Amino acid sequence: MVKLEIKNANAWFGHAHVLKNATLDVEEHEILSVIGPSNSGKTTFLRMLNRLNDLNPNYKMEGTVNLDGGNINRIGVELLRKKIGMVFALPLPLPLSIFENVAYGVRMHGTRDKNKIENVVEEALKQGYLWDEVKDRLGESAFKLSGGQQQRLCIARTLAVEPDVILFDEPCSGLDPISTAKVEDAMVKLKEKYTIVLVTNNVKQAARVGDRTAFFLSGELIEIDSTDKMFTVPKDKRTDGYIRGKFG
Amino acid sequence: MMRNPHRTQRIAFFLLLTATLLIVVPVGYILLVIIQKGLPAISWQFIFDIPRHGMKAGGIFPAIVGTIYLVSGAIAFALPIGLLGAVYLSEYSRDNILTRIIKLAIVNLSGVPSVVYGLFGLALFVVFFKFGASILSGSLTLGIMILPIIITTSREALESVPQSFREVSLSLGASKWQTIRNIVLPNAVPGILTGTILGLGRAAGETAPILFTVAAFYLPQLPGSIFDQAMALPYHLYVISTQVPNVDEKIRYGTAFVLLALVLFMNLVAIIIRYRFRKRKKW
Repeated sequence: MVKLEIKNANAWFGHAHVLKNATLDVEEHEILSVIGPSNSGKTTFLRMLNRLNDLNPNYKMEGTVNLDGGNINRIGVELLRKKIGMVFALPLPLPLSIFENVAYGVRMHGTRDKNKIENVVEEALKQGYLWDEVKDRLGESAFKLSGGQQQRLCIARTLAVEPDVILFDEPCSGLDPISTAKVEDAMVKLKEKYTIVLVTNNVKQAARVGDRTAFFLSGELIEIDSTDKMFTVPKDKRTDGYIRGKFG
Repeated sequence: MMRNPHRTQRIAFFLLLTATLLIVVPVGYILLVIIQKGLPAISWQFIFDIPRHGMKAGGIFPAIVGTIYLVSGAIAFALPIGLLGAVYLSEYSRDNILTRIIKLAIVNLSGVPSVVYGLFGLALFVVFFKFGASILSGSLTLGIMILPIIITTSREALESVPQSFREVSLSLGASKWQTIRNIVLPNAVPGILTGTILGLGRAAGETAPILFTVAAFYLPQLPGSIFDQAMALPYHLYVISTQVPNVDEKIRYGTAFVLLALVLFMNLVAIIIRYRFRKRKKW
């Protein structure tokens, strides 16, 4: 089933045309990896999906993006972002305690029942594979966690608001290999419940976790295919060059 | 000739130290003189008695009370309005020529001479709104005078909260106002309090704005309502230093000492609150 449907999407920041006529679908319960060199438009593409680009006053978009068949511009931006969560490139805890970081989104969506919030926080931290490490120090500042733990906290925080789709924006760029492996494990397990779009600079990461892979270059979608196919018999020679590390 | 890094280093150090001393020494000296000459005047009677014998004896209680009223009134008026304005300017207004002009104008307003605010207060509050020379008029005038300081420092405090916090909060589906209320404002409180401290000190020390709008030359009783005139420390200091002949030096320096101590005390309260908020800050 198609979860996200992107049709002829164009995006500009001022005069820079950063996303050119992208048309692709994201299937439910898949991990779609988005790869490409810097300035290829992949982060813009990702932030278009939860309308975070809208924060930039110079941003302009044309084309349509549908979530479950409904245009994302008509859903209401708060509800859209509740349904499409995001994990950023750097671990970005809010200046709150570990517990409050996870509880934040739940509270903002109107839940006040203390027991319910506690349950949601525990469940989210378990899904983010962090619960055992933090269960005795939930009141501590989130900044006391290590980088990898912070990133898993951010994943848990996103899960707590019960999204349908999770956008990962180079989530392992600041992490060591062991933390990276933990985050990747988490992603693979999460796709059973969620749909995942993963933007990554790391081609090998795309090969490891992605069901399908999309390759962007200079704002253009060059190729999208199953990861196995793309990494063995790419259709476009630019894809081939990028995957083999000839540029990028 | 080779440049000797040790010598340039020493020259730079000397210049920096001299500049610092040029700031610290005069301020320290002023404080020292005021404390030395003013402290002997301080007594229970000096603080809690009304002025007697044409202000040549007795205490300065009405002026202390008047200044506390005026400063509290000015902050109560300027802080909420200034803060809300700053939130609008930093979080909601679009960045275009108009808002840039407005922001620049607000910054420049804090440089307007205080006597101009005094005249403005006289025309608007005393005459036009018919509040008369009263605590209300004086507080509002002082409030308008410190508004630019509060708006500018609050705006800077709000803008120094990392954009990434806002993005995270919004990405979780929080509304813009929820983000401001729960993430931006709490982290801007220390900076906002700094602005409040600056405004408070300025409101307590200025003479010109209260000259036309509230200050009484001599008023041997305490004000009964916000529509009464009141004495105030800076104006009282001016009066006993220049308008009344032969006032004991002790009384003059004592008054200056009390004004200084009052401002420092109010600053201290704000600094303690700020410290507690900074400690809560977890990044």
